[in-house]
Amino acid sequence: MEKIILFAPLVGALIAGFGWRYIGEKGAQYVTTGLLFLAAFLSWIVFLGFDGETRYIHILTWIQSGALDTSWSIRLDRLTAIMLIVVTTVSSLVHLYSFGYMDHDPQWKKGESYKPRFFAYLSFFTFTMLMLVTADNLVQMFFGWEGVGVASYLLIGFYYRKPSANAAAMKAFIVNRVGDFGFVLGIVGLFMLTGSINFDDVFAAAPTLAETELHFLWTDWNAANLLAFLLFIGAMGKSAQLFLHTWLPDAMEGPTPVSALIHAATMVTAGVFLVCRMSPLMEFAPTATSIIVVIGATTAFFAATVGLVQNDIKRVIAYSTCSQLGYMFVAAGVGVYSAAMFHLFTHAFFKAMLFLGAGSVIHAMHHEQDMRHYGGLRKKIPMTYYAMLIGTLAITGVGVPLTTIGFAGFLSKDAIIESAWGAHTGVGLYAFWMLVIAAFMTSFYSWRLMFMTFFGEARGDKHTHDHAHESPMVMLIPLGVLALGAVLSGMIWFGSFFGSHDDVNKFYGVPSHHEVAEADGHGDDHADDHAVATNDDHSDEHATDGPGEETAHAAGWTKGQGAVYTHPDNHVMDEAHHAPKWVKVSPFVAMLLGLGLAYLFYIKDTSLPKRLAKSQHRMYQFLLNKWYFDEVYDVIFVKGALRLGKFLWKKVDGLVIDGFINGVAMGIIPFFTQRAGRAQSGYLFHYALAMVVGLVVLITWMTISGGAE
Amino acid sequence: MLSADISTVLPELILAVSAMGLLMFGVYTSKDKAAPLILWATAGLMAVLGLWIAVAGDGAQTAFNGAFVDDAFSRFAKVVILFSAALILIMSQDYLAKQNLLRFEYPILVALAVVGMMMMVSAGDLLALYVGLELQSLSLYVVASMNRTSVKSTEAGLKYFVLGALSSGMLLYGASFVYGYTGTTLFSDIVASVEGEHLPIGMLIGLVFIMTGLAFKVSAVPFHMWTPDVYEGAPTPITAFFATAPKVAAMALFARVVFDAFGATVGDWSQIVALISVLSMFLGSIAAIGQKNIKRLMAYSSIAHMGFALMGLAAGTETGVQAMLIYMAIYVTMNLGTFAFILSLEKDGKPVTDIASLNQYSTREPLRALALLVLMFSLSGVPPMLGFFGKFWVLNAAVQGGLVWLAVAGVIASVIGAFYYLRIVYYMYFGEETDPLDRPTSPVLWGVLMVSAAVMVLGIVNMFGVEAMAKAAAVALVN
Repeated sequence: MEKIILFAPLVGALIAGFGWRYIGEKGAQYVTTGLLFLAAFLSWIVFLGFDGETRYIHILTWIQSGALDTSWSIRLDRLTAIMLIVVTTVSSLVHLYSFGYMDHDPQWKKGESYKPRFFAYLSFFTFTMLMLVTADNLVQMFFGWEGVGVASYLLIGFYYRKPSANAAAMKAFIVNRVGDFGFVLGIVGLFMLTGSINFDDVFAAAPTLAETELHFLWTDWNAANLLAFLLFIGAMGKSAQLFLHTWLPDAMEGPTPVSALIHAATMVTAGVFLVCRMSPLMEFAPTATSIIVVIGATTAFFAATVGLVQNDIKRVIAYSTCSQLGYMFVAAGVGVYSAAMFHLFTHAFFKAMLFLGAGSVIHAMHHEQDMRHYGGLRKKIPMTYYAMLIGTLAITGVGVPLTTIGFAGFLSKDAIIESAWGAHTGVGLYAFWMLVIAAFMTSFYSWRLMFMTFFGEARGDKHTHDHAHESPMVMLIPLGVLALGAVLSGMIWFGSFFGSHDDVNKFYGVPSHHEVAEADGHGDDHADDHAVATNDDHSDEHATDGPGEETAHAAGWTKGQGAVYTHPDNHVMDEAHHAPKWVKVSPFVAMLLGLGLAYLFYIKDTSLPKRLAKSQHRMYQFLLNKWYFDEVYDVIFVKGALRLGKFLWKKVDGLVIDGFINGVAMGIIPFFTQRAGRAQSGYLFHYALAMVVGLVVLITWMTISGGAE
Repeated sequence: MLSADISTVLPELILAVSAMGLLMFGVYTSKDKAAPLILWATAGLMAVLGLWIAVAGDGAQTAFNGAFVDDAFSRFAKVVILFSAALILIMSQDYLAKQNLLRFEYPILVALAVVGMMMMVSAGDLLALYVGLELQSLSLYVVASMNRTSVKSTEAGLKYFVLGALSSGMLLYGASFVYGYTGTTLFSDIVASVEGEHLPIGMLIGLVFIMTGLAFKVSAVPFHMWTPDVYEGAPTPITAFFATAPKVAAMALFARVVFDAFGATVGDWSQIVALISVLSMFLGSIAAIGQKNIKRLMAYSSIAHMGFALMGLAAGTETGVQAMLIYMAIYVTMNLGTFAFILSLEKDGKPVTDIASLNQYSTREPLRALALLVLMFSLSGVPPMLGFFGKFWVLNAAVQGGLVWLAVAGVIASVIGAFYYLRIVYYMYFGEETDPLDRPTSPVLWGVLMVSAAVMVLGIVNMFGVEAMAKAAAVALVN
């Protein structure tokens, strides 16, 4: 069944990509979409029926070279199962949605066939993404990692007649190269130190790595920290974290379904997945995880500020994605991997829905993307409006404070903010405040988007506005399904992801020895005594003779210990559950403030934003230009690389290499060729002379140089 | 004793006796009308003998007091010689018949040359060596000038004969030196009589003379001068024959002499071999650039390839011999295919050898053009064709043998050499439109071309087991 899930998209991609001439455009669309729905259906069966026990499904032997022995197999644990449903569900809905969205695309002339290619790419992407999440070793994961990169490149540049799309595709690819370089270094480093790239071996070696020094870049580093950081660089590239985030907003040049699938729900979360997957290593790399927290929190804050002032509807959501990814990294960084996965899971639903909703708006407005030309669309496209409204309620985190009733984002985001608080460290506190401020801004720009698009006066082209029409059913059904997820997924799975310790452990297949602890007289009331109980959970595995024994540092992850690993000293999740009330309420308050401010700005007094932008001109320009990241990069890297390239091309290649080769090839060699031709005179005596001369030279040489006497 | 000797040389004996029998048959029956029959009979016999030697041969025997050696090394060379000669015979039938050159003596002469070659590669004695060499050479002189009405062909035969006589003289002179200093002509006694790391000066002079004679046979620089003229002058099937079997025989003989007779003093001959190797590679590559006739071009190409094969020998190691044998086997296969292609080039029924006539060949004969492209890539040593692996083997052997400079020189020479191979490809695919050539008709030539090209691509999987056979052969020779 897992193999079917993995290969169905590949089969679809191959059939649609190479065989559409035989089965027709429609055929290609139906085949890919049908196979994807099959995969999604099976994924849900796997997810719901999964018992937490890690399973290995061998597919074939892949690389055997020296000490490197890698098979291609599926590692099925809770993390994989979560990713399976996220990927296949969103992907299948996006496939369906694309039926409507990609119909009559104005980018293409009449009669041009582009749809089979689009669907083939989508399916190919899904396959590589599944490869990534099902990997049971780093090389296989890297294969998927690069595969999604290629698919992303192809899909961002799908409108290849648009120069901006091509540039964006290249940018995405090149920026990701930077991250991938770190990832490769991490893989190689792990292989060097542990002699294996299989997750099981690497995880088991993590405690040893924490005590190993690694010489790299002229100094010694702690191996676990360094390697975890290198892997995180890879994650930064893929998940568009600060410094490597610049490609994500540009990636919006791709068709909107692509943005929803790749640049919101699945591929960009690969980095978070990587960090969670590597949790047994991360737990032994305190410095690296601190960096993760700082980068994640800063990204969340930075992206939210930029999102405040963007006018392109897709760019707003793109920066919002960037920001939400920062949230996930904070959670992973402080050691509550489960919360990170929770947010990843819920985010996939509501963010995909927001993108698809935005796509629906764009579709209705004849591919107009500037929000300043929207307005008053609530009546024109009511279904889209309601869908977007649900998405906005989810992302801003609407719910009943201090309970577990609320939209998906409410539960998962608050879990992260509480976890940041619960870390009780400097970086945790920094992250907490950053995230709360970001939550305020998230609420502001999300509502700003809603108000500008659906409320107020129609500001754009009158004709376009009059002809705005609701999207077809194939586009609305995916919205509906995702809306269900956006509303319910948080409440249904809260217990599993962020509930009591036992529930979470059971969910991830982490063996719990709680019963033993209970028998020894420890209460199982998590609210009071959980920290102690946790400690015992882990000590029991190594010291079975009772909770009294001191086993401060456990030996790390061992086989069969579930999908995520938390260090025995890691009580962040419990601390988060015990956070003060004001901490738990703070994101909700931030949300309300954001909503209120947005209402004030865009409903009540619509001249306010303009006046504010004028009075705070510098600030406004700073945000509008995305903190000038692109400009700075352009000056430092792009211009520098161009200059270097030009130097190597003109001077080194042109003058030195070409000059040398041309000189030899066009001057010296022909000269000798001519000589050789002339020597071949055709006269017998010349030939005989040559032989005799050759003989004489050889004899002379040998008599002088060699011989025993 | 005699019966054991006879059974050891049985393949040679059978071939020699059949050649004479077929000669009688031809003379007393319908002469040239019987030529196709004799040709096929000879080719068939050679193929059967080749198969027999390949399958039945085992261990190492000597005959006639050590003058004749039958070991894995000689068997490897013999199999390559027999098969390539048989193929050349079959390939030449149509061509010669069309040119009215199909004499019944032709297959018989080839058979006798092959007997000479088999003697050469099995030689265990300077006299056996000489007899084999002359039997081969005399037959080749005659076939080179077979087209008696053509000035070029007779000139080629004459030049070959005169220069060949000169080289034979040198060889014999060197043999007399060696005999004078050791009192024996038997290789095993010669090697036993040498004490220490280096040869005495008189022996050294003898060795240089002998190697000169052998270098002439493999057409190594500076004893190569006959090659382009003879290749161009001789009828194309004869050229194809020259480029394949005799080269294998001469190269094997070269290895046989230096290892069996002078194996104790590798350092002495290794530098000579390295020198003529590097000269051959460069001259072959550079001079070929100026050629407009594809047969002359192939002559220079074979000079360059001999340089590469000699590189393996220069290493003076077991790996080196193995590399040389692999290289020769690949070389022969490539040349068979290329000559099958050249043989099929015709315009208005007349053979064409001008390179420029290949312009735009790919538009008319895409499959053949592709096959030749593969062969040309392989000849120039472009991976992943088999030719690359041949070069890789010898380069590797040279590096292992401590001759890094030689390996570097070989790489540079192969880069220069790539020019003229790729130029043929260029003409075929990007050349200007010219008058089209005739459509080739011979299925034999088509088959050989395609199989040879396919081998170049598919052989990279395991080289069809040649690697292991060459290994066994090298072990038999070096130890």
